Amino acid sequence: MTQQQTEGGDVRLTGISKTYGSFTAVHPLDLTVPQGSFFALLGASGCGKTTTLRMIAGLEEATTGTVSLGGRDITDLPPYKRPVNTVFQSYALFPHLDVSENVAFGLRRRGIKSVKKQVGEMLDLVQLGDFARRKPHQLSGGQQQRVAVARALINHPQVLLLDEPLGALDLKLRRQMQLELKRIQTEVGITFIHVTHDQEEAMTMADTVAVMNGGRVEQLGAPADLYENPRTTFVANFLGTSNLIEGEIVSTGTDVVVSAGGGKLRLPGGRCPSPAESGGKLLVGVRPEKISLAHTDDAGAIPEGRNRVTGRITDSSFIGVSTQYVVESPAGTALQVYEQNIERDGRLVPGADVVLHWNPEHTFGLDAAQSIDAGVAEGLEDAA
Amino acid sequence: MSVTEAPPAHPAEEAEVRKPSTRRRLVPYWLLLPGILWLLVFFALPMVYQASTSVQTGSLEKGFEVTWHFRTYWDALADYYPQFIRSLLYAGTATLLCLLLGYPLAYLIAFKAGRWRNLVLVLVIAPFFTSFLIRTLAWKTILADGGAVVDVLNTLHVLDVTSWLGWTENNRVLATPMAVVCGLTYNFLPFMILPLYTSLERIDGRLHEAAGDLYATPATTFRKVTLPLSMPGVVSGTLLTFIPASGDYVNAELLGSTDTKMVGSVIQTQFLRVLDYPTAAALSFILMAVVLLVVTVYIRRSGTEDLV
Repeated sequence: MTQQQTEGGDVRLTGISKTYGSFTAVHPLDLTVPQGSFFALLGASGCGKTTTLRMIAGLEEATTGTVSLGGRDITDLPPYKRPVNTVFQSYALFPHLDVSENVAFGLRRRGIKSVKKQVGEMLDLVQLGDFARRKPHQLSGGQQQRVAVARALINHPQVLLLDEPLGALDLKLRRQMQLELKRIQTEVGITFIHVTHDQEEAMTMADTVAVMNGGRVEQLGAPADLYENPRTTFVANFLGTSNLIEGEIVSTGTDVVVSAGGGKLRLPGGRCPSPAESGGKLLVGVRPEKISLAHTDDAGAIPEGRNRVTGRITDSSFIGVSTQYVVESPAGTALQVYEQNIERDGRLVPGADVVLHWNPEHTFGLDAAQSIDAGVAEGLEDAA
Repeated sequence: MSVTEAPPAHPAEEAEVRKPSTRRRLVPYWLLLPGILWLLVFFALPMVYQASTSVQTGSLEKGFEVTWHFRTYWDALADYYPQFIRSLLYAGTATLLCLLLGYPLAYLIAFKAGRWRNLVLVLVIAPFFTSFLIRTLAWKTILADGGAVVDVLNTLHVLDVTSWLGWTENNRVLATPMAVVCGLTYNFLPFMILPLYTSLERIDGRLHEAAGDLYATPATTFRKVTLPLSMPGVVSGTLLTFIPASGDYVNAELLGSTDTKMVGSVIQTQFLRVLDYPTAAALSFILMAVVLLVVTVYIRRSGTEDLV
């Protein structure tokens, strides 16, 4: 997204909102999607991400605000006049037309007569060259999905909108299609705006992810940045899993020290919400895979300067590459720890007393005024 | 019959084992039986009876005899071809009017009615709660000379135009072709709307969005997506309207004059007043053949190859 900083074909949403009666689906929202980027709108169902997408497509009228594309205001244009195309969640292929006519639909509507060559090329791009004469109902879900992509892409839209296009596919096919879509996007260089509730999908595919919640953008950034530096508990819990421990700030400076659960935790001042003041409350967060687990008997071997929390294992599950532990501790209930299965310590079974320790650098701070559980339920629901 | 079972020792035992599967295979036929019997007694037998009547000669006093007199068909057609043509013309016009009136309404119910959908559907079939005859008689009052409808049409000089076209006569509507076609249209409209609604309702609304997204204007979306997908409804609706309308005689009898008689009226008269059974039976068969022919051609023409 850095190579093209020009206004060229940027999608710019300015103060755009949507209300249905008394319900606000999307609160006034400002968003710029740079040309050529792969942009993901991520959130649980009902967060307003699809509504936002539909306002860009023109399928939904914005209550307030404007949509502009490459500097041109397209807010009042009907969908058929906008240079954007959509891949629908249910694909919405025309059941009475065969694959090649489905793909040719957009070209024909713009009065292009000789479509055969273009359709052939596009079907080859999505590897469906042999299926041109089939009807949509004769195709598998993955093939239908690729027809839907071809039908949209053949028009060379300035922006391709993808509304949960992979939602109906099984996990393996979904992973495969993610790579496929990413490949196509790199190949054609069109701006993709992808709506999804699958955080892994968003992080795998997109250069920039906007996490939406309750009709607002909670945080926007590159996937790694969002994951490492969540700014709200919702993002921390929705994007992967976070251990959040509530504590009181003891001292501030380059490092902030927080007292929680009878111990002291240290984190970089730069990773705290400003201003961090002594005596104030703070949520200390750490990702489960950053934590190491040691049996209490080995506590002496833990290097100095690491954050420590004591607790007792209540549950462990072996999932192949790693083992996931749930630890009960005075600092917080049900702390999650993911340990790589390199050398498994046989003493780490439910009931064992353990010490959790991690590098203070891997700790982030969040404003304690928010709900500690925001985004937890949504994250679990979508993972299921 | 599981695989682990020992092979039967005697043929008799084998037969016993097979029994349930035979019974199961017969189930569809048992289910068919009542319908087949019904059709046999109330459709096939009368058809055979009428077919034999149509080739009989004789009179009521001397009795009728099968003489394979096929000339009756030719005579019936020669005598009553104007009524045949009129029947097809009126039924065709009424079907077309039903389609033009019914399609927008069915479209509205399927896509725009929202929570009013069921109410509007009930309103569509509401006329069925009254007898067919009474409803048709009501049209006599509606179209009566000096009635509001005729007055308005006269004031607007609409009847001058329709009279010039031969649809009405002498500034009146009753006892003219227009009255009969109006009656037919009114009476068969629900048979058009319901199948249209059923096929429109099945169309995924997102297909309209997809078409719009792919540069189709609303009009093109209708032409290229909605209409082709609703063709099954159009075909069944027009058949359900055209077939009974072409054999109808109540509308022609009650709303028309001797100049607007349809073939249904002729058959009724031959059977019940003139008591010329062979001619009446022959006319019935000719009507059936003509309708079958028209319907076959129509279905062929509007088959799936035309849907794209």
